Amino acid sequence: MSPKYAFLEKIGKEPSNLIKGLQAVQGAEGFVSDESIVAIAGYFGIPEVEVEGVLSFYAQFKRVKPGKYKIAICDGTACHIKGSSQVAEWLTRELGIKSGETDERGHFSLETVACLGCCSLAPVMSVNGRVYGKLDRKSIVKILKEYENK
Amino acid sequence: MSQPKIRKIRVGVASCGIAAGADEVLDLLRSRAESVPVEGTGCLGHCYAEPMVEVVLVDGNSVFYRDVKADEGHIENILALGDKDRFEIPSARKSKELIKVLALAGRVDPTRFEDYTENGGYEGLKRALSMTPAEVVNEMKLSGLRGRGGGGFPTGNKWSFLAAKDTAEKILICNADEGDPGAFMDRSLMESVPHQVLEGMLIAAYATGATKLFIYCRAEYPMAIKHMGIAIGQAREHKLNVINERELEIIIKEGAGAFVCGEETALIASLEGQRGTPRFRPPFPTDRGWKGWPSMINNVETFGNVPLILREGAAAFAAIGTEGSKGTKLFALAGDLKNPGLVEVPMGTTLREIVFDIGGADPDKVKAVQTGGPSGGCIPVELFDTPVDYDSLKKLGAIMGSGGMIVIGKDRCMVETARYFLDFTHRESCGKCTFCRVGTTRMFETLERIVAGKGEMADLDFLENIGPKIRMGSLCGLGQTAPNPVLATLRYYRHEYEAHVKDHNCEALQCNPLVDLYLDKSNCIKCKLCIKTCPVNAISDDFVIDNDKCTRCNACKDVCPKKTIYRVKKGSKR
Repeated sequence: MSPKYAFLEKIGKEPSNLIKGLQAVQGAEGFVSDESIVAIAGYFGIPEVEVEGVLSFYAQFKRVKPGKYKIAICDGTACHIKGSSQVAEWLTRELGIKSGETDERGHFSLETVACLGCCSLAPVMSVNGRVYGKLDRKSIVKILKEYENK
Repeated sequence: MSQPKIRKIRVGVASCGIAAGADEVLDLLRSRAESVPVEGTGCLGHCYAEPMVEVVLVDGNSVFYRDVKADEGHIENILALGDKDRFEIPSARKSKELIKVLALAGRVDPTRFEDYTENGGYEGLKRALSMTPAEVVNEMKLSGLRGRGGGGFPTGNKWSFLAAKDTAEKILICNADEGDPGAFMDRSLMESVPHQVLEGMLIAAYATGATKLFIYCRAEYPMAIKHMGIAIGQAREHKLNVINERELEIIIKEGAGAFVCGEETALIASLEGQRGTPRFRPPFPTDRGWKGWPSMINNVETFGNVPLILREGAAAFAAIGTEGSKGTKLFALAGDLKNPGLVEVPMGTTLREIVFDIGGADPDKVKAVQTGGPSGGCIPVELFDTPVDYDSLKKLGAIMGSGGMIVIGKDRCMVETARYFLDFTHRESCGKCTFCRVGTTRMFETLERIVAGKGEMADLDFLENIGPKIRMGSLCGLGQTAPNPVLATLRYYRHEYEAHVKDHNCEALQCNPLVDLYLDKSNCIKCKLCIKTCPVNAISDDFVIDNDKCTRCNACKDVCPKKTIYRVKKGSKR
């Protein structure tokens, strides 16, 4: 196994830890690459196709490299009612990318997620895990500007 | 300057507090408060007032501050016990709520073991250990506690199934895969009082003879995972995980974003590292579960109730609530209301009391409430005198669910709401059962057509026809409940569906394809803000909106200082 994935050694080798292994890889690289699938399959001793089968089932796993700043738009019920589709539209206008895409510079990526669990602050989004609530167009522009210059 | 009158200061730093900026408030308070201890605590349930600060005085009383900002002015005001931004817990919440499970939430530092034990923590486990396992199971049966994840299965019975097994390994699983959009009860419990959940699990392990404990938590809850992890470490240090001289393994597994994994057999498949698809039952998990061993799954809130029952006794617990639903229930209130947040009420409290009295929603502006998330149904405001318990809600075509409660205002379209839920369920369907996989997709496509004004009356019959078939043809709870939002809205709001189909009219003016934007020039001050804001240049220099260009993004409507841009029925003002 390439030394790049040596961190897998910390996880028990039984195949029931496959999801944990995938999470470790995604945590380290931001996505699950073809190369890492080979490494994971080798480590757990299961066919690559099985790894691919499991990872494609779960929404958490990404197969393309995300941007430096990952924006997650919450489309939970409360956020939806409070206008998350508009939040998505505004973000798309500002960034020029749709949900599921990464901009050309690799700076921002956009995705829609089911629920961040901060419903009382709806509508919310998160940037690299930091949650921002009670969004309107103005606050979105401000938040984007903050990360633009980072 | 810190005040000698202040004993300590607590800042609510659960996820929603942090989303509102509480971590910065905590840091700044710490640097300014000098000798006064400032601690981060969990959630008090008043999310609308976040970030919230509680100043505990030397005499034991507390002063609360709301909407605190991390600036000198706010911090000085708090340290000087100023009057600005003081927060009184609304009297309706004091009188209607019954805080049992959440008693310590927001009152203790969730990462400190002593904070929990000094407040009655692990007393329940102690009492359980002084009884026989069979007596503990019986205590649970007597309490009348039913599963808080939504199913409402009697918890004591479930425990007795696992207890009856005589196998080398028995598995106990805490379902913390709170995937319902709009629900955050379990997150709050794990973030604010992780030891309480853990204590419930340890009591269950003793009663059932479980050998291995799992917490299956969704990865979107990093703080809950962290706090549960700290609690497990502390419990190990104090040897609380040694039961009957056997050291129990307690493992946190992170889910990976699949709603269906809230279903028992799918959750077990996911725990085994496989695709999270459900399987046929029987055999039930208590017969054949994780890697073939008997396994029992309880929800976070269910475990959160267990220490109380053991500490105060089954009789005290059963004295609360209604005939068939005992104890209290947590609800995550959100949507169109003034005071969203986490509330705890005795079973049998009416929707009216929860939504209007506690939630502060405006009775003139509420259309319905959605319980049970995408698996539930809406309940119209006319039926708000219904007591909230498992059986009453079921009769109305809704379900208790895990406790998400979304208030839907009169300016929301029910067809669009149903479309939203089906959008969710058809994407989350694991694909195993044809009726669920294809059926929910067809339902979703039909609803998409209707909200676009392209529906036919036959579509409504189709929805009513296929709904029950999806219910019958699906293995698990996801498919069996997925048609609920559509069938419930059709039952109570059929006229809205018909208006979309027949008159291309969305009463709530929410469905974009049936709406125009209209600028009323009589009130316009010609500030041109709308023209500058419009991302697609759809507003002319003489303030006319070109609705062919307009994307209905509402940016102009929001920016207009005179509020003179309206959403109107398509084609009505041209």
